[in-house]
Amino acid sequence: MPPRAGSGTRARDGGRTQCTASIGDYAIIGDCRSAALISLQGSLDWLCLPEFASPSIFGALLSQPARGETNGSDPGTDDSGRFAIRPAVAARVSRRYIPDSNVLETTFDTGDGIVRTVDLMPLPPPRQIRPMTEILRIVEGVSGRVPVAFEITPRPDYGRIAPGLEQRAPTQWAWAWGSECLHFNADVRLNAVDARLLGQQLVTAGDRIFCSLAYTKGDIGVIAPLGPAAEQRLEDTLRWWRQWSSLARYAGPYRDGVVRSALALKLLTYALSGAVVAAPSTSLPESVGGDRNWDYRYCWLRDAALTMRAFVGLGYLDEARAFFDWMMHATRLTWPELRVLYDVYGRTALTEKELRHWRGFCDSRPVRIGNGAHTQLQLDVYGAVCLAAREFATATGKLERDAARLLRGFGESVCREWQQPDHGIWEIRGEPRQYTFSKAMCWTALDALIQLSERGLLDLQSGAREARAALRELIETRGYNLGLRAYAATLDGTDVDASLLLLGCLGYADPASERMRGTYSRVHEKLARNGLLMRYEPGFDGFAAPEGAFGICSFWAIDNLAKRGDREEAHRAFRHVTGFANDVGLLAEEIDPDSGVLLGNFPQAYTHVGVINAALAMEQH
Amino acid sequence: MSATDLFARHLPQLLLWGLVATVAMTTILQGSQGLGLSRLSLPFLVGTFFTSNRDRATVIGFIVYLIGGWGFAMLYFLFFAGIGLATWWLGALLGFLHGLFLLVGALPLLPYAHPRMASEHDGPGTGYILEPPGFFGLNYGRRTPLTTLLGQVVYGATLGGLCQIGGVIGGAGP
Repeated sequence: MPPRAGSGTRARDGGRTQCTASIGDYAIIGDCRSAALISLQGSLDWLCLPEFASPSIFGALLSQPARGETNGSDPGTDDSGRFAIRPAVAARVSRRYIPDSNVLETTFDTGDGIVRTVDLMPLPPPRQIRPMTEILRIVEGVSGRVPVAFEITPRPDYGRIAPGLEQRAPTQWAWAWGSECLHFNADVRLNAVDARLLGQQLVTAGDRIFCSLAYTKGDIGVIAPLGPAAEQRLEDTLRWWRQWSSLARYAGPYRDGVVRSALALKLLTYALSGAVVAAPSTSLPESVGGDRNWDYRYCWLRDAALTMRAFVGLGYLDEARAFFDWMMHATRLTWPELRVLYDVYGRTALTEKELRHWRGFCDSRPVRIGNGAHTQLQLDVYGAVCLAAREFATATGKLERDAARLLRGFGESVCREWQQPDHGIWEIRGEPRQYTFSKAMCWTALDALIQLSERGLLDLQSGAREARAALRELIETRGYNLGLRAYAATLDGTDVDASLLLLGCLGYADPASERMRGTYSRVHEKLARNGLLMRYEPGFDGFAAPEGAFGICSFWAIDNLAKRGDREEAHRAFRHVTGFANDVGLLAEEIDPDSGVLLGNFPQAYTHVGVINAALAMEQH
Repeated sequence: MSATDLFARHLPQLLLWGLVATVAMTTILQGSQGLGLSRLSLPFLVGTFFTSNRDRATVIGFIVYLIGGWGFAMLYFLFFAGIGLATWWLGALLGFLHGLFLLVGALPLLPYAHPRMASEHDGPGTGYILEPPGFFGLNYGRRTPLTTLLGQVVYGATLGGLCQIGGVIGGAGP
């Protein structure tokens, strides 16, 4: 078994934890508009409002000091924002999600007593007067007596604003800045210290303390009720998530893991548009202390085909439809060309900036917001979008005329652009290259459109069939390296690339064919470490810093194994790779193959899409 | 001609002018909200007197607010007729005083009358409650007094100005 990325049980050192916390120490809660990351130590360290890519209100996640320094839990020094509820003494910690839900339950055992926190972002009935977003944290006394410390320190705009704090009632407080406000309502008395709330309460068995933090922008703030009404919100939210989970159409042996991945994926969908963001975080490092720190709070079209396959495969057609509609809507402003990434509303002006006042996760600088990849040319996105459209049309049996017109435009772009060099699926900066995978995805785009046209769902432009044939000819002559006996990363190249496993997953080649078997073998020879796959060989992207194994690549390999009939090997590999998930079943973008530590932005939608699709492939083959 | 005779004679114009003034004021207040200058929405506050459904509250609030705008237009007109002068600047002055009363008197009293608003003395309750406006409406943003006063001044100036242009007070009238 692999080492676990977050054991689920750790001791704290009297409140002065060193930076031994890993990315896997976090768990996510959300309401499908934004999401919060809560640490194993009970501290909500990341939350952006009102939506995923908005400036953070709590940002302690990205000011984690390096090993050997204090972590800023001293209330006099922290300026990044956190909402912490945890024992004031050392405790052993374990946690889980309440089954089939995104409600997090953390248990602290101090030896003198046990307290439990239940954390959620409620999903109350729509249309009522309620906050735009609410964080509800419930503290339960399970046994004995435990002193519990509370700290609420909002620091909006990535820590650049220290909003004024006002007491509105004995246990009601408000922070307001610009047109935004936070209302804290709790049945515990706290003290204001420099615009933060601090306090301690002795919690005994049977106690139940409610803490509600309600956010509103541009409107009159709403204060959420406590007591039975808060219990009702918890029940309503649990019922909603359980009902949603029960719809997952998967009957294989990995239901818990598949449903957890589906729940994580759902949390990363933006309810108001149907978009799916890559992750709720920015700049969690791909190597601790390194500079591969990127903002993933946007939507990558690269992920579209496999995301659609996961939704359709699990029977979540509402999500599939919303995602398809978002794709067609978001890309209108750039049509008939596609950009690499869009935000949840389809905006592409995502200028990259550095937050120099933040030290980053364990001193992993720079902290970036926005993403420079939005200016790159990445031809594989055409294949991802057209294939997603084909998956959606196959599942629903129809394609609206307007969508068909847009898709035809994308096909025309492919016919015009496919010979160009690009930055490839991994958005490698610097000079564009002739990536084999990009050519294969251009072939996939045209193939998907040709299939839709053969079913009478769209009118195909002239030249598509010829371009498809030319692409295959090019890939099979210059993309396949006879010496390697594998497809190569670039035309006429000798490097291997894990993305080429997708040729078997997405229908370009039969995973059982000699060429795909050879590619699978070469990729494993050169890129596998401890049963995990790196995406390419070191230095291929021009960065000196090392990186971990890329989570989803291992699932592409499993998909190939399942589809070529190596069932036992596929199951063994699946159990191995999913064993790197943290204690609550979440995976990041990357995994350190030696230590098992999770790396990169977290949790990563694409990795969980990989879990779902690999499990579905094993179930179906 | 007495104020009430003037009122009866010019009622159709008055209804139209009241509507124009209310629209001008609402544009400023809602525009301020949209631009992030204030979180105050008077129609929403009014609507939530009647329902806890956000959508219905907004619609009902706008209807009641419009009727209220007409009602106040009558009062303004009676004031203009009573002193025999209707000008844009007198309307603006009246609007300013009206806005000042709203901020200093009416809004701070709202928590005691509004069924869905917290007061400064509330403890934990059982339903969602709206935050109270506070003195001068400052809880809804630092610029709330300015935007509210501006809206009321524009309301009064529009009404006074239209009465002035129409020449219905102190003139021959249409």
